[in-house]
Amino acid sequence: MQHRLKSILTLLLLSTSIGAHAGPEEDRSALIEHYRKQLPNIKFEDYVYGALAMNAEAKLQYDEMMEFPPFTLDLRQGEAIWEKPFSNGEKFSSCFKYGGFNAAANYPYFDDTAGRVITFENAINDCLKANKEPEFKYGSREMALVTSYAKNISNNAKINIKVKGPGALAAYDKGKRIYYERRGQLNFNCAGCHVDNAGKFLRNDQLSMLIGAASHWPTYRSGTEAVTMQGRFVQCNTLTRTEPRALNSEDYNNLEYFMTYMSNGLKMQTPVFRK
Amino acid sequence: MAGEIQIRARMTNGDVAEVKVLLTHVMETGSRKDARTNNLIPAHFINQITATLNGKTVLEGQWGTGVSKNPFLGFRVKGAKPGDFIAVSAVDNLGAKFAHDAIII
Repeated sequence: MQHRLKSILTLLLLSTSIGAHAGPEEDRSALIEHYRKQLPNIKFEDYVYGALAMNAEAKLQYDEMMEFPPFTLDLRQGEAIWEKPFSNGEKFSSCFKYGGFNAAANYPYFDDTAGRVITFENAINDCLKANKEPEFKYGSREMALVTSYAKNISNNAKINIKVKGPGALAAYDKGKRIYYERRGQLNFNCAGCHVDNAGKFLRNDQLSMLIGAASHWPTYRSGTEAVTMQGRFVQCNTLTRTEPRALNSEDYNNLEYFMTYMSNGLKMQTPVFRK
Repeated sequence: MAGEIQIRARMTNGDVAEVKVLLTHVMETGSRKDARTNNLIPAHFINQITATLNGKTVLEGQWGTGVSKNPFLGFRVKGAKPGDFIAVSAVDNLGAKFAHDAIII
């Protein structure tokens, strides 16, 4: 495990130091190659199912749940929030290209003017601010509901994250560093489980792969508990006895940027059922 | 919004229809306490549910406090064909009635 991680890091570091163009796309290709060897029976487009792609029985149960999931109700509440006009008569759809359809596939992106990563949740709050409405709290149910619906109208859009320019590259590198950096009481990093040991069992669960992980948030655990991607970072940090960062912190936003880039080319589906 | 019913009904093998019903209801057991006042939240749950196929009763349920919030009910029924009429009606312990129907596709 150590050795595998070292060889991937070496490959990444080497590629960064040798080539002028080494960077995100080379990292992504290296990871695709890694998973192709580690999980030879899983098709690239099925990476979006995570651990469910590793177990046919579990995938069958998931498919049955997804036919008429409990969060159908939450999705309608999210739609109501999305469609409700602001005090000035405008709606959320006015803040996004094509009224929001397929918009979520382009988030997060790096805003050169602002000098930071902008997540989809940031975009929702920017829209509220621009229309003089109170912003939603990160981690609130409102934010989870409206992003559930707003990303649902981007279903099947292929994730298309861009990393262009020095600012974007720096944010990407910071996110990557967080993914590979060991922290906390157990000295774990994300890669140790989700890159090196994807497919292996951790107690009763199989470890999902990094590629595809970012394609389906918010997720509804047991069909009813809404969890956003950064909410999941907090859960995972807590489970590995690492101090979680704050929602919408620069660290989590950069991490989301890096992880979503790694899911480029895969189709989004939001929301989804997980156990 | 309480008691809103959504139904999806489709044919599976032969003459068997698969019906999935999602109801909106708090399904309070009567055993939970309000966090602020420390008083028991009164029981409020669906205790009767009936499903009919083309007007004929095919399922009758007496539910209790074991059924959780926003219940999901799924069942298969023989002798159905596309275009048939599934109706679901429910009554809760406070006497409120809810009903909805759907066409089998």
